[in-house]
Amino acid sequence: MAESTDKRFEEVEFGEDLPEIHPDISLENVKLFARSARMQAARFIDHEAARKAGLPGAIVPGIMSQGILVALIHRWAPNAQILDVDTIFRAPLIVDTKPIASGVVTDIDNETKVIEIDLVLRNEKGETPVVGTARISL
Amino acid sequence: MNALELKTKFAGYVFDEISVTVKAESLVGYAKACGETQPRFTDPSHPDFQALPNYPTRFHGTRGLPEDFPIDMVRCFDAGKSIQIHAPVRAGDVIEGRSEIADIYEKTGRSGKMLFIVHRMNFYNQRGVHLATVDWRLVQREFD
Repeated sequence: MAESTDKRFEEVEFGEDLPEIHPDISLENVKLFARSARMQAARFIDHEAARKAGLPGAIVPGIMSQGILVALIHRWAPNAQILDVDTIFRAPLIVDTKPIASGVVTDIDNETKVIEIDLVLRNEKGETPVVGTARISL
Repeated sequence: MNALELKTKFAGYVFDEISVTVKAESLVGYAKACGETQPRFTDPSHPDFQALPNYPTRFHGTRGLPEDFPIDMVRCFDAGKSIQIHAPVRAGDVIEGRSEIADIYEKTGRSGKMLFIVHRMNFYNQRGVHLATVDWRLVQREFD
């Protein structure tokens, strides 16, 4: 059954921006992710250990960044069925910073009813350490 | 050995298999930590409770590259991950993951020649349903 917040294919516009979100990448939340995903390497959950390894601080696991971008899509379209997601990790995203996740509709296929979305995680310096693309159906 | 020779020798066969049981607690923590708010991903009592679609990306094989592969994993970095979702992962699923090398190619950038290795894992549940295909792009810089 469709819910009142569900998005319909006909409502989606080319170039439409997904509402930005401010994901929680505090050390505490990254530790929750690391436990849940069984990815408890020190570089993800310990700033000091990460610095000793030559990193600026603990880094957000790449797949957590990808999951944040998936959650961004569901905030915009709760009924979205995600067909595929491709993310590129261009630089580390540092734990305890304040990134912004955003997306924009870049293609709408009226025959297949597949929608393509470009996705970005932007850090406080305005850099884009994580970019991606998703294809969804509604 | 160049990229084409590596691909010819190592791509296209399963070199590793794993089996993992999916727990509801892991699905909930994973989804909530990513900021997911939809109950079908965060509430185990929801009738359509399932994993966040990219959940299979968390599974790793017992090895990243085939035996005798002439490049050490520690010399590679993670350049990205893609996932094709074929069916939802559910709590209690016993998932089988099979690893293969899907592609090997070279690119030349400002920092020199780079070797890209695409490690592919296909995931199936206990009924043989194909759940997902995950491609993990590994890069080695200064490849020669």
